[in-house]
Amino acid sequence: MRVTFTVNGREETAEDVWEGESLLYVLRERLGLPGSKNACEQGECGSCTVYLDDAPVCACLVAAGQAQGRRVRTVEGLAERGLDPVQEAFVESGAVQCGFCTPGLVVQAHDLLERVERPSDAEIREALAGNLCRCTGYEKILDAVKLAAERKAAAR
Amino acid sequence: MEFLRPTTWAEALAAKADQPDAVPLQGGTDVMVEINFSVRRPPALLDLTAVPELATWSRDGDRYRIGAAVPYSTIIAELGGALPGLAQAARTVGSPQIRNRGSVGGNLGAASPAGDSHPPLLAAGAAVEVESRERGLRTIPAEEFYLGVKRSALLPDELIKAVRVERAAGPQYFAKVGTRNAMVIAVCSFAVALHPGERRVGTGLGSAAPTPRRALEAEEFLAAELDWSAPLEPALLARFGELCASAAAPIDDVRGTADYRRHAIAVLARRTLTWAWQDHLERRAA
Ligand SMILES: Cc1cc2nc3c(=O)[nH]c(=O)nc-3n(C[C@H](O)[C@H](O)[C@H](O)COP(=O)(O)OP(=O)(O)OC[C@H]3O[C@@H](n4cnc5c(N)ncnc54)[C@H](O)[C@@H]3O)c2cc1C
Ligand code: FES
Ligand code: FES
Repeated sequence: MRVTFTVNGREETAEDVWEGESLLYVLRERLGLPGSKNACEQGECGSCTVYLDDAPVCACLVAAGQAQGRRVRTVEGLAERGLDPVQEAFVESGAVQCGFCTPGLVVQAHDLLERVERPSDAEIREALAGNLCRCTGYEKILDAVKLAAERKAAAR
Repeated sequence: MEFLRPTTWAEALAAKADQPDAVPLQGGTDVMVEINFSVRRPPALLDLTAVPELATWSRDGDRYRIGAAVPYSTIIAELGGALPGLAQAARTVGSPQIRNRGSVGGNLGAASPAGDSHPPLLAAGAAVEVESRERGLRTIPAEEFYLGVKRSALLPDELIKAVRVERAAGPQYFAKVGTRNAMVIAVCSFAVALHPGERRVGTGLGSAAPTPRRALEAEEFLAAELDWSAPLEPALLARFGELCASAAAPIDDVRGTADYRRHAIAVLARRTLTWAWQDHLERRAA
């Protein structure tokens, strides 16, 4: 089947999509957007997190056909005018080691900071509870989110 | 495989009637896992996310109607005051990403004994609206909905339309045992709902029997013995816990043993009733 939706502000069409295919597969394998990662394909790790309309979701659990006519924003889309403050803060805080979890964490943290200007540690942990990282031990990720929050607040 | 995407409820019912083996798809948090792992290869997926009324909730006085596809995140954000038990359960589901997609309708469709919506729906006395093209709408009380492990009263040509729940008339609590605070399937869970007007306490057990179920004997015991103007007596509380545990018919599995589950149900039952009773007495005093 054919699926048309908006990705990072541009309308895209994927052809020959298998009916059971995930949005994640379409983004990575058909639209050339490998930012969102495929690690578990069962909603457990969060490394495939993208915005669907305005809510962050696991792209591995969205059927491609469900994205028809909707808006998707991936980690690539956050960097369209230079890196987003969340992305910069991840780099500067040492929150990236192997990097596999990073795109999902960046999108999820971005959503948190859109909703909560100065999240507490508890709020950050709760918001990132569905994103697994096997390298960093999470402390630097918390630092990165707090740094990004400060910078975003200062820029407001 | 076919991908069916009705945009009206009538079209959705027609699709299900014409193709009863089409698998309904909402948040996909159960269905897509099975597709990704080739556990399921249905002849068709019936995507219901383009049917607008399934994604909204409404109220008529104290009666709330939650469309089958309303995500947990909406229940948490908008219905915590009216339906505290269900909202508490919703907060414990998966992760934020899962709660943005997963729905009560999908939880009912999956009918897993571990589904977190079920205990609060049972305790509150909720009902499930289902519909087919041939026979129209019928309303199934939650306690009659669950028939076995992952089996429900839903017929092959029917779809779940909504759940109906009354605004909480008294305090409600949900508690769940798991290995951590996020992303866990319940080892067991428990919900309590006070119905002060009827001098009745509703219960719901999760992950403690082949189906979610009420602890009927425990409810009858409280209806007979509870003094609604006094503090809870320790002996009564203990007996309530025992009766809730004896309503369970748990199994040993990787998440816990049957004995542990029975024990944990008694603890959760006492704990949630204690919380609810404290709120109840505070409200009386206020
Ligand atoms: C990482 C992860 C964590 C999870 N954690 C929890 C948890 O903590 N607690 C919990 O209870 N569950 C949990 N789940 C399971 C799942 O999220 C829930 O069961 C959720 O409620 C399913 O809703 P959905 O809209 O995504 O359903 P879907 O996957 O779209 O559908 C689920 C089932 O219901 C059927 N169905 C859907 N809509 C209808 C309808 N309108 N009419 C008839 N049948 C229908 C489908 O055919 C399917 O059989 C988790 C899942 C994942 C992947
Ligand atoms: S790949 Fe989607 S959650 Fe892990
Ligand atoms: S940096 Fe390697 S998984 Fe997080």
